[in-house]
Amino acid sequence: MKVYIPRDASARALGADAVAKEMSKHAQKHSLEIIRNGSRGMSWLEPLIEVERGGIRYAYGPAGVEDVVAILDNTSPKALGPTDDLPWMQAQTRLTFARVGVIDPLSLNDYRRHGGMQGLKKAIEMTQNQMIDEVIESGLRGRGGAGFPTGIKWRTVAHETAPEKYIICNADEGDSGTFADRMLMEGDPFCLIEGMIIAGLATGAQHGLIYIRSEYPDAIHTMQLAIEVARKEGILGTPFSYGTHNDDFSFDIDVRVGAGAYICGEETSLLNSLEGKRGVVRSKPPLPAISGFMSCPSVVNNVISLATAPVIFAKGAKYYQGFGLGKSRGTVALQIAGNAKYGGLFECAFGITLGEVVHGLAGGSATRRPVKAVQIGGPLGAYFPPSLFDTPLGYEEFADNDGLIGHAGIVIFDESVDMLEQARFAMEFCAIESCGKCTPCRIGSIRGVETLDRLAQGAPDAMAILLDLCETMKSTSLCALGGFTPYPVLSAITHFPDDFKVSTPQEEAL
Amino acid sequence: MKHFIMPDDHDFGTPASKSQNMITLNIDGFDVSVPEGTSIMRAAAMLGISIPKLCATDSVDAFGSCRLCVVEIEGRAGTPASCTTLAAQGLRVKTQSETVKTLRRAVMELYISDHPLDCLTCAVNGDCELQDMAGAVGLRNIRYQAPQNRSISNHFLPKDTSGAPNHSYIAKDESNPYFTYDPSKCIVCSRCVRSCEEVQGSFALTIEGKGWDSRVCAGGTFDDFLSSDCVSCGACVQACPTGALTEKSVINIGTPEHSIITTCAYCGVGCSFKAQMRGDELIRMVPYKSGQANQGHSCVKGRFAWGYTNHPERILKPMIRDKITDPWREVSWKEALDFSAERLQNIQSTHGRQSIGVITSSRCTNEETFLVQKLARAVFKNNNTDTCARVCHSPTGYGLGQAFGTSAGTQDFKSVDDADVIMVIGANPSAAHPVFASRMKKRLRKGAKLIVVDPRRTESVQSPHVKAVHHLALTPGTNVAVISAMAHVIVTEGLINNEFIQTLCDIDAYKDYITFISETRHSPEAVEHLTNVPAKTLREAARLYATGGNGAIYYGLGVTEHTQGSTAVIAIANLAMLTGNIGRSGVGVNPLRGQNNVQGSCDMGSFPHELPGYRHVKHPEVRAIFEKAWGVEIDPEPGLRISNMLDAAIDGSFKGLYIQGEDILQSDPDTKYVAAGLGALDCVIVHDLFLNETANYAHVFLPGSTFLEKDGTFTNAERRINRVRKVMSPKQGYADWEVTQMLANAMGASWNYTHPQEIMAEIALTTPSFAGVDYEKIDSLGSIQWPCNEQSPEGTPIMHIGGFARGKGTFIRTEYVATDERTGPKFPLLLTTGRILSQYNVGAQTRRTPNTVWHREDLLEIHPHDAEDRGIRDGDYIRLASRSGETTLRAQITDRVAPGIVYTTFHHPKTQANVVTTDYSDWATNCPEYKVTAVQVSPSNGPSKWQKEYISQAANARQIEPTTT
Repeated sequence: MKVYIPRDASARALGADAVAKEMSKHAQKHSLEIIRNGSRGMSWLEPLIEVERGGIRYAYGPAGVEDVVAILDNTSPKALGPTDDLPWMQAQTRLTFARVGVIDPLSLNDYRRHGGMQGLKKAIEMTQNQMIDEVIESGLRGRGGAGFPTGIKWRTVAHETAPEKYIICNADEGDSGTFADRMLMEGDPFCLIEGMIIAGLATGAQHGLIYIRSEYPDAIHTMQLAIEVARKEGILGTPFSYGTHNDDFSFDIDVRVGAGAYICGEETSLLNSLEGKRGVVRSKPPLPAISGFMSCPSVVNNVISLATAPVIFAKGAKYYQGFGLGKSRGTVALQIAGNAKYGGLFECAFGITLGEVVHGLAGGSATRRPVKAVQIGGPLGAYFPPSLFDTPLGYEEFADNDGLIGHAGIVIFDESVDMLEQARFAMEFCAIESCGKCTPCRIGSIRGVETLDRLAQGAPDAMAILLDLCETMKSTSLCALGGFTPYPVLSAITHFPDDFKVSTPQEEAL
Repeated sequence: MKHFIMPDDHDFGTPASKSQNMITLNIDGFDVSVPEGTSIMRAAAMLGISIPKLCATDSVDAFGSCRLCVVEIEGRAGTPASCTTLAAQGLRVKTQSETVKTLRRAVMELYISDHPLDCLTCAVNGDCELQDMAGAVGLRNIRYQAPQNRSISNHFLPKDTSGAPNHSYIAKDESNPYFTYDPSKCIVCSRCVRSCEEVQGSFALTIEGKGWDSRVCAGGTFDDFLSSDCVSCGACVQACPTGALTEKSVINIGTPEHSIITTCAYCGVGCSFKAQMRGDELIRMVPYKSGQANQGHSCVKGRFAWGYTNHPERILKPMIRDKITDPWREVSWKEALDFSAERLQNIQSTHGRQSIGVITSSRCTNEETFLVQKLARAVFKNNNTDTCARVCHSPTGYGLGQAFGTSAGTQDFKSVDDADVIMVIGANPSAAHPVFASRMKKRLRKGAKLIVVDPRRTESVQSPHVKAVHHLALTPGTNVAVISAMAHVIVTEGLINNEFIQTLCDIDAYKDYITFISETRHSPEAVEHLTNVPAKTLREAARLYATGGNGAIYYGLGVTEHTQGSTAVIAIANLAMLTGNIGRSGVGVNPLRGQNNVQGSCDMGSFPHELPGYRHVKHPEVRAIFEKAWGVEIDPEPGLRISNMLDAAIDGSFKGLYIQGEDILQSDPDTKYVAAGLGALDCVIVHDLFLNETANYAHVFLPGSTFLEKDGTFTNAERRINRVRKVMSPKQGYADWEVTQMLANAMGASWNYTHPQEIMAEIALTTPSFAGVDYEKIDSLGSIQWPCNEQSPEGTPIMHIGGFARGKGTFIRTEYVATDERTGPKFPLLLTTGRILSQYNVGAQTRRTPNTVWHREDLLEIHPHDAEDRGIRDGDYIRLASRSGETTLRAQITDRVAPGIVYTTFHHPKTQANVVTTDYSDWATNCPEYKVTAVQVSPSNGPSKWQKEYISQAANARQIEPTTT
């Protein structure tokens, strides 16, 4: 009997290892095959144990050590029925995350059985130009946050002539409320590897680097193990001849670990950090695609962007392109967090409205109080009030409302939140994480905190100064950290004006 | 001349693009064509439009941090920074609009919200870009205020309003003797850090912390500027737009009000400087951006170490004495010159025409040197003239003259930007030619490969982000064996450039040479036991030089100061010819000259066998030119070299010597021998700034003028004739050329030069390679590289293009002959000598500046094994003895030197390293073998007998009689 116990960090944090240990005690008696899979993405159910009976996986959760016997006896009150029939799973379109939670992340056979390597197999029959056209046609845009068309980036790198080119995977997933990269790396690392090889073939790069934040020890470990397996199997590090491509093409990947700086998720700081330098933002131009890692042409893509390449090639650009809304094609991996009744990862086509996510998927707040605000896109994303919950998820649709999808982290707040405090937090976050290179971010964020404090103290001129500062930071910051910090601040001011109505000391005295 | 008094040093914000592709864009309604790759900021500057900026300066790459330079571009969103945005064809840019005005003012408001605003009492008041920009953007008020109950965040108040320490405040760092770092005025633009990296290549500065806590930091957290890797080149100070990094001289005196372009009087790089003045007081030296040798960079010596020019020990009055045991007597110029003339004339009438001579200076101007040799030839009527170049680069003159036909380096410094493989032989540019080293390192960081041939692991072998691919750590004295073995590899492995050789070289000589060099005895394997260089490494190095693209050789005194110095120079020339690395940018053979005017002093006919322009005195047609110009008959026989003069002095046939600006007692080998020679003379006239060591044996002291006090020209290592301009009057009354003229006239000549340009006119008239040189042309071109004549009216940056000066390049056999100076049981170690960055030559200048904080005394570098064997600990006094003499100094234990090798410098007279060096010298030119002396090292308690005697003799000899008034 196959038993699946997630090895995903979220499940482990909730006790999955203890459950696995307990389970192993019963392994012989029940002739169990315990598989440590990734997470299915239903965080409120973790540890989510699955038992395969008659080819169907039955879910139990959240499971504790005390539930093990009953689960094996199929008498557990934690029984949820077949996993695939759960509404959360039913409602999803899992393309990028199709295998996450399903397979043993380190089994290449499992990976292959579930459609892995199909994309690469198609890709190797194509020319570089055909590959790039395929990615462009799919409409895939950078899932790290900026939403730049991935195929265009690849084309720029492919057209550069250089002795070395690099595929850099940005796995410095630092936005609050986000965990999609981590889940993918822990749950389906070969998918990222395959995606990076495809990117390498398309652009002529033979080296890949995955920059993972140090706060993700499990992801680091899993990726390293998966790379070892791939090397052993001749997928990485061995020259292979592939269709129309260079005879001695080989691709290899190395994992590099960050040192705790949020700013190193910004692509140019990431490149500096990879090169062993201070993690400060580089000015563009030159674009990393032209002069990136070690001044060589480099694709810098988010984990999800790269891990989506295999499915695009396996099923065809048209298939992928068929999902979505407007200029936002394919699927988005929503990460629902904060004060949510049901938090977790939900992959679906672009176009779902924010309200459907908050009230439908997330089930409102965990505290059962009315939802007051939702911050989408990490600490630099705007706060949306319920009045904007009809906004469909799409890059342009959010931008039209002065918001951003970013890496698709959705953090829910109930009515107890003080939006002035949240605005201050945005400035404070910027001050703490600023690399210090450009003036508006380095000094502006500190002045922002001070000005918001004065605003809270009732200083009558503070609001005007704050608005000017936000405009300055937006227009003159070197990168998105300083440039987008005003978004949460301004959205809080715009949508929650009552939280900023502070009586002056004089008024209070009256 | 106005151009040079008020130089146009406009900062274009970002470096020039080298692209040949021109594009046209429109800025504020004006079309401008610029090379592709030019920033919008620079394009605007070329139109005369200055976009506000703080972090941009054209000596370093665009950085994009200050955000003051935002502009609007038609059809593009937002307000891009003009420093990092490149010009593109057809772009329409607006540098001023309501939007950018508001943004700039807002950014400036943020800057100033964290600035002390003590402008009126700030040292850079009026010379501050932050101040300028606040004005340029129309900043009128700072609206940011502290919240209640706490101070506004700032970096400039030591304490907050409650009296608690402000953790963001960092106290001033005054550790560097020349400049201060005041973090409270720092705007974190990184210009200093970037200059340290991109321009100087030291990587001593960094930004510590992040965000608000980002601070400029020298070295590690616990370092200050002095303890860090900072070499005090001053590039950071120059780059700083505020008062954060400021020269102490500016703090003490005030800002300068006018500038005059002149040339540094230290090493052979010949950096151009703006002498920044207030009245006739020098405030600071700032490297001149348009100076072609240094392009705006400098080192600690040129920029800062000029305090010797008004050091209290400088002698300002002429002095005479009958005997060297007498105290000095201050006299009038007339009395001193009459005394000198009478003595010299008496000597000549008693001992003959050949009994007196001159030594010209490699530190004085071309014009002064020309006059001193003219004094010997036209007034003394002999050829007894020699120069300190004798003891440094005379083999270069000989060797390159033989091979190529010109006694000079083949390239300009700029050429190194195009080099792919750089071979540095017997030179340590990081210490001795720092500004060239910075340029070389810049190229190396961009990918050129480095080969270093040096017994020591010098700073040039490995420094931040630069590492030699091959370091051939040869045994001192085996240069010829090593270089010939490289040639052997190149020839026997078929790596020669046959086309170059066949078309441009003498084929008979070449055939003879390859027969010779192909012999197995020259193979790396055969010479390995002599040279200590692994054959495999040597082969790899030879292949790299021959096949790695443009190969450039730079060499120094480690090549020339050997018994086979001239042979080694020829061997180097052979290598370049074998591989065709001559006659274009990026290649060549380049001697790194030690002193500011070594090249010039050689060019000016300072050698006893050559008239100006390297023409032998035996040729009647050459003599005729000068005889006509000077109206005298010129002695057809070569005169005496320095060593011959000393020999003749001891013999008693040579009795009088006029020495301008050289301290032969300290700088020449075998000090005891030099002292004996000088002691035997009846009239020694020392013309110098200070009572140097040689002056202890002098009868007349003629006070000299500094480079700041006279007009003239210096010729640097790239044959570049640079103008030296008078920025103040000579403190002792006369420029050196005037003193020489007065001495000549006191001896009966009737010279009447009123300005050095008249001397230059005479040089041009008589010397073909200078035929086209005049001051007006130097002023208009900035500088001129000789030959400058009808064929090359604007000079010659790179020589031997399409053919050698001598016709065909000549290969000459280079048989290795070991020096007679060998180690043995009594003297088992090999001593080699060199320089360090902060000191210059005999130290007469640099020892009289705060540069001594970096080098208080000469140290003996010794390998830990050799030290251990002898019971020597780091810092111990040791006795250093050779067959010539002995001295004591402190030991520094380091593995920079190999076992069996010891190393020291000769900057301090107290050490007198040359007591130890021997009288062996180059077979062709008598250049002394400073670089190889067999020595023994042993623990010691203090100064040697010689040192004690010397110190007391010097003290006596320096006494000056009190003046009665």
